[in-house]
Amino acid sequence: MKKLESTLPNMFIVLTVIALLSGSLLALTYARTAPILEEQARQRRIRAVAEVVPEFDNAPTEESFSPESDPGTEIFPARRGEQSVGYAVRVRTDAAYGGTLEVMVGFDADGAVSGLSILSHQETPGLGAKITDSAFRRTFEGLRPAEETVAVVQDGGTVDSITAATISSRAVADAVQRGWNALEEALDGGAQ
Amino acid sequence: MSVTTMRREFLKGILKENPVFVLLLGMCPTLGVTTSAVNGLGMGLATMAVLLGSNIVVSLAKNVIPDKVRIPAFIVIIASFVTITDLSMAAFLPPLHEQLGLFIPLIVVNCVILGRAEAFASKNTLLSSIVDGAGMGVGFTFALTLLGAVREILGSGAFFGFPLPFLAENPILLFVMPPGAFLALGFLTAAVNQSREKWDAAVRRRARRVREVAATALVAGRTGERS
Amino acid sequence: MEYVVIVIGAVLVNNIVLSQFLGICPFLGVSSRVSTAVGMGAAVIFVMTMATIVTYLIQYLILVPLGLVFLRTVAFILVIAGLVQLVEIVLKKVSPALYQALGVFLPLITTNCAILGVAILAVQRDFNLAQATVYAIGSSLGFVLALYVFAGLREKMDLLDIPRAMRGAPIALVTAGLLALAFSGFAGLV
Repeated sequence: MKKLESTLPNMFIVLTVIALLSGSLLALTYARTAPILEEQARQRRIRAVAEVVPEFDNAPTEESFSPESDPGTEIFPARRGEQSVGYAVRVRTDAAYGGTLEVMVGFDADGAVSGLSILSHQETPGLGAKITDSAFRRTFEGLRPAEETVAVVQDGGTVDSITAATISSRAVADAVQRGWNALEEALDGGAQ
Repeated sequence: MSVTTMRREFLKGILKENPVFVLLLGMCPTLGVTTSAVNGLGMGLATMAVLLGSNIVVSLAKNVIPDKVRIPAFIVIIASFVTITDLSMAAFLPPLHEQLGLFIPLIVVNCVILGRAEAFASKNTLLSSIVDGAGMGVGFTFALTLLGAVREILGSGAFFGFPLPFLAENPILLFVMPPGAFLALGFLTAAVNQSREKWDAAVRRRARRVREVAATALVAGRTGERS
Repeated sequence: MEYVVIVIGAVLVNNIVLSQFLGICPFLGVSSRVSTAVGMGAAVIFVMTMATIVTYLIQYLILVPLGLVFLRTVAFILVIAGLVQLVEIVLKKVSPALYQALGVFLPLITTNCAILGVAILAVQRDFNLAQATVYAIGSSLGFVLALYVFAGLREKMDLLDIPRAMRGAPIALVTAGLLALAFSGFAGLV
């Protein structure tokens, strides 16, 4: 077959056809994968919430809300029956060593930390990445940010930071405190 | 196309024109994702899928794409394959997709792919374009897996996730950090350069011997003797 | 203050070349002379900022409202390629002097993954338009800084006796590694 000449109608038609084909192919792929992706994301969020707050029987991910001053933070209320058992708060911070760090911190009904999980991080493997170790995460449990600011020992707090990873540890402590502040502000504001 | 030329087309991507070690193309994913051998392998295979797809389509459509708009047409074709790969990996291989992150959509600007579409697939038959894409893809995957393995062994003391004795207790963290990517690739490229020189010399030596043997046989044949 | 943090983060802490591995090709390709490095740097600042603003608007004014986010990669790369062409044409007409200086670098920019990378990152990080713009400027300044320092180092290396196998790309990569090591000292600054 002879090669098509570069005339204006030819170019126009060919590019349009290619764009249409590609667009419909992608739409098809998207339609096939979108339900799977959505389900994955939902499961991940539910697991992350369930990991940090006491047992609940509502659907916290459906009832989440954000404080006005901090729209990047998301609060998930956990209830058993009508009784509030606590809140999970998702906090993102850029103060970590390797960029963005995202944590989910849970508070029980008394305002004590009931659990902490690291959703995503870019810390150095072997050093800062130890923030995901359960031994480190557990040191936060039972802390009461309302009574004493959560901070690492170097900053006058009570959290023992990971050796050679003070910045990563500090970022986590800071995220926990910010999570509490956001929750307190949202509840005082009568959002709930 | 004969089997010999096909084998040569395939092998050139792996050795003589290896996109990473020799042509220095596709450097961003090469350095960015190779913190472990599995990541390198995954990234290599994803790139190869896109490369094969775009080579096939470009080769099939080469006569209906007018010359003046070929680059935008190629870009749309490549970007479509990248998006399909991106969505499929997110759906079926979520952990790997998360590890590779931004570098999957960035396959679209990997110079290897547009380069092969422009320099090879748009001028050659379907079959040789597939062979070319496969060769380049395997070469790229090989390079990324090798770099990933070296960085993983040195930096986290493991090989494809299996901890190695001694090294696992004494990892050289630098190699899984950004500076280690540059250093490891630098020394690997130097090693490839060195062995290529030796290899070329060996090839030249072998060629000379073949010529000598042929000449002797020729002389022998003429005089009617057998050696 | 927030903007200062974004800029310092993008220039020093998470330098797009030395810690995010974006734009490695021009980083290795046009860094043998300081003068060309400056030209390339200027072109990148210009295009990256424009591209990020335009793709940001496309994402939030077209793709998100129409539910076509899955077309992001296709749309962004086409916009960037088109934008580079447009900049080239406009520059040629409006400022021939500037075109003389930047012209040769513009075609190379389309396949500079830093442009597409920053455009996608700006959208992924939920920035608002002002933050995205500042982020793009910071990232491109980071690119220029890394490129400028690297070109300076490579010019000095011209006069050195380097082992045969290390000549060319290997020594450049090792140098970049040491530079990245130096930049990792900025970690934790913000």
